Amino acid sequence: MKINSNLAISDTGFIFNPSNGDSFSTNALGADIIRLMKEGKKTADIKKAICEKYEVDPKVLDKDYDDFMSHLRDHFLVSHD
Amino acid sequence: MKTEKLKYERPAIRKLNTGLMNKFGTRTEYAPVTHIDGVSVRELISKYGSPCFVLSERTIRKTYQNAVRAFKTRYPKVQFAWSYKTNYIDAVCNVFHQEGSWAEVVSIFEYTKALNNGVPGNKIIFNGPEKSKDDMKLAIENNSFLHIDHFDELYDLIELTETMKKKAKVAIRVNMDTGVYPMWDRFGFNYESGQAWNAITKIMATEYLDLVGLHCHIGTFMLTTSAYAVAAAKLSDLAVNIKYSYNKVLQYLDLGGGFPSGNTLRGSYLPGTDVIPSIDEFAEAITSTILNYGYKKDELPLLILETGRALIDDAGYLLGSVIANKRLSDGRRATIMDFGVNILFTAFWYEHKITPAQEFSSHTEDMVLYGPLCMNIDVVRQSVNLPMLNKGDHVVVHKVGAYNMTQWMQFIAMRPKVVLIDTEGNAHVIRENETVETLTVMERKPEHLKTFKLA
Ligand SMILES: Cc1ncc(COP(=O)(O)O)c(C=O)c1O
Repeated sequence: MKINSNLAISDTGFIFNPSNGDSFSTNALGADIIRLMKEGKKTADIKKAICEKYEVDPKVLDKDYDDFMSHLRDHFLVSHD
Repeated sequence: MKTEKLKYERPAIRKLNTGLMNKFGTRTEYAPVTHIDGVSVRELISKYGSPCFVLSERTIRKTYQNAVRAFKTRYPKVQFAWSYKTNYIDAVCNVFHQEGSWAEVVSIFEYTKALNNGVPGNKIIFNGPEKSKDDMKLAIENNSFLHIDHFDELYDLIELTETMKKKAKVAIRVNMDTGVYPMWDRFGFNYESGQAWNAITKIMATEYLDLVGLHCHIGTFMLTTSAYAVAAAKLSDLAVNIKYSYNKVLQYLDLGGGFPSGNTLRGSYLPGTDVIPSIDEFAEAITSTILNYGYKKDELPLLILETGRALIDDAGYLLGSVIANKRLSDGRRATIMDFGVNILFTAFWYEHKITPAQEFSSHTEDMVLYGPLCMNIDVVRQSVNLPMLNKGDHVVVHKVGAYNMTQWMQFIAMRPKVVLIDTEGNAHVIRENETVETLTVMERKPEHLKTFKLA
C-alpha cells in the first residue's frame, strides 16, 4: 500500500490532497501513520513503531490498521504497490 | 528508563465537506458524561452490569416541583396525578406520591399497583377504554374517580351502580378538535358532534352517577400550547353549560398529559430543547383560559394534570457498552451496542442523545448505532456523530425515563436492572434484572414434551 506522495499533512492532522482538492481531518494516530507511510516505511515497521509508542494490543492494532487502510483507499489516498 | 505509553485510540480519518457545512456548526453532543449525580458511570456498570437503567431521584423531584410551581403560581387549585403507564416501578411512583401526586391508571393492573403502593382509593383516577364490571365495582367501593370512555361502559356502569345501590364518582373523557392533527378521537366522547353533551345528559339523568369532573388527554409530545388553550376552553364550555342547565358545579377539569420532554423527535431539524415550549408556557395557556372563562370565584374547578413524560424522561439514563465496530458495505461505520430497541423502545420516536462515558480526543466520526438483537429493526440511531468508540467502551443514553421501563419487551435478551440514585447520592436497585429462571418459571411443559433425543 503506497500513500499518495503529494499529500500535505499539518501538525494538527489536517490533510489536503492537491490532486483533487479534497481535505480531511485525522486523529493523532492517523496522522502518525500517514507520516510514516510518506517516509516510505513498511507496514510491519509502522505497526512496530506504534506498539512502542501507544498502549495497544498488536491484534487490536492489526484490525484497526486494516480498517484505516480501507478508509484511505475509499478516499483515494493510497494505491497498491 | 521506561517511558509511559500513550493512551491508544484507533486511527481515523474523516473527509471535510467544504461548502456543505452543517448550518448549526459542530454539535458538542458527545462531551463525555462520566458521572450521574456524582456517581461514576464506570462504577455503576461494574456493580450493576451493562446495560442498566439509572434514575435520578433528585431530577425527578426537581422536575416535579418545577411543574407544580408553574401551575400553582398561576392558579389556586392544582393537583397532579402520576400517570402510571409512563413508569410504574413502585419506587418511582412513590417519589411522586411523596411529592403529593395522586395516581392516574388505565388498567386493573395499574389500579392494583397504586392501591398496593398505599394510594387511597379516593385519590386514584381510573382512565382507559378497558374496565370490566369487576374493575369498576372495586373502583366504586374504593371511591375512586371513574373516567368513562364510551357508551358501552356508561351503560355497564349504570347497571352496576343500580345493583350496588352506591353512587359512583364519574367524569367523561372528551375528545375534540384542538387544531392539532391527526386528531385523537378514538378515546372518549366527541365535543363537536354533541356526543359529549349526550353522555353528560345521560349521566345527569342517572340516580347513582355523580358527575364530578371532565377529562381530556389531547395527545402526547404536544408542541403547541394553543391546543391546551382550546381544550381548556371546550371543557369549560361544557362545565358552564352543566352549571346553567342543571345548576351543578363540577369539582374538577382534568387536562390529561401530553407535555413534551427535552428529547429530539426523529427527523426533527432542531434539537428538542430548542423547539419545545416550557412547562410555564403550557401552564399559562391553560390557567389563563380557565381564569378568563367567567367562573364564579368560589366555583373555579380544581385543575388536574396527568403529566407523564415531561416529569420523568429527563431523570432517566441508560448505561451501555460497545460490543463491536464494523464497516458497512457503503463505507459507513457501524457500532453495535449491548442495548437495542428491546429495552430502548423510545428509539423509534426519538433521536436520543448519546454520550461517551470516558474522555476522548476531539476526533469524531459518523456512525450507525445498532442494538444487539439479531433483527433488522434494531437501530438505536440511524446516524450519529460520536467520538471513536472501542469495544468495551461505555456510553450514556439520556432522557429515557418515560415509557421505556414499561414498554420494554422481553425479546431475545433479558431485561436489565433499574437503579435509583437517591438525593444523597446512594444507589439502590429498584428493579432486578430478569434471569432465565424468572422467565421460565411461567412456562409449562406437557408431559410428552419434557424430553427428546437427537440423532
Ligand atoms: C389518559 C392519559 N393521561 C396521561 C397520559 C400521560 O401522557 P404524557 O406522558 O404524554 O404526559 C396518557 C398517556 O398516554 C394518557 O393516556
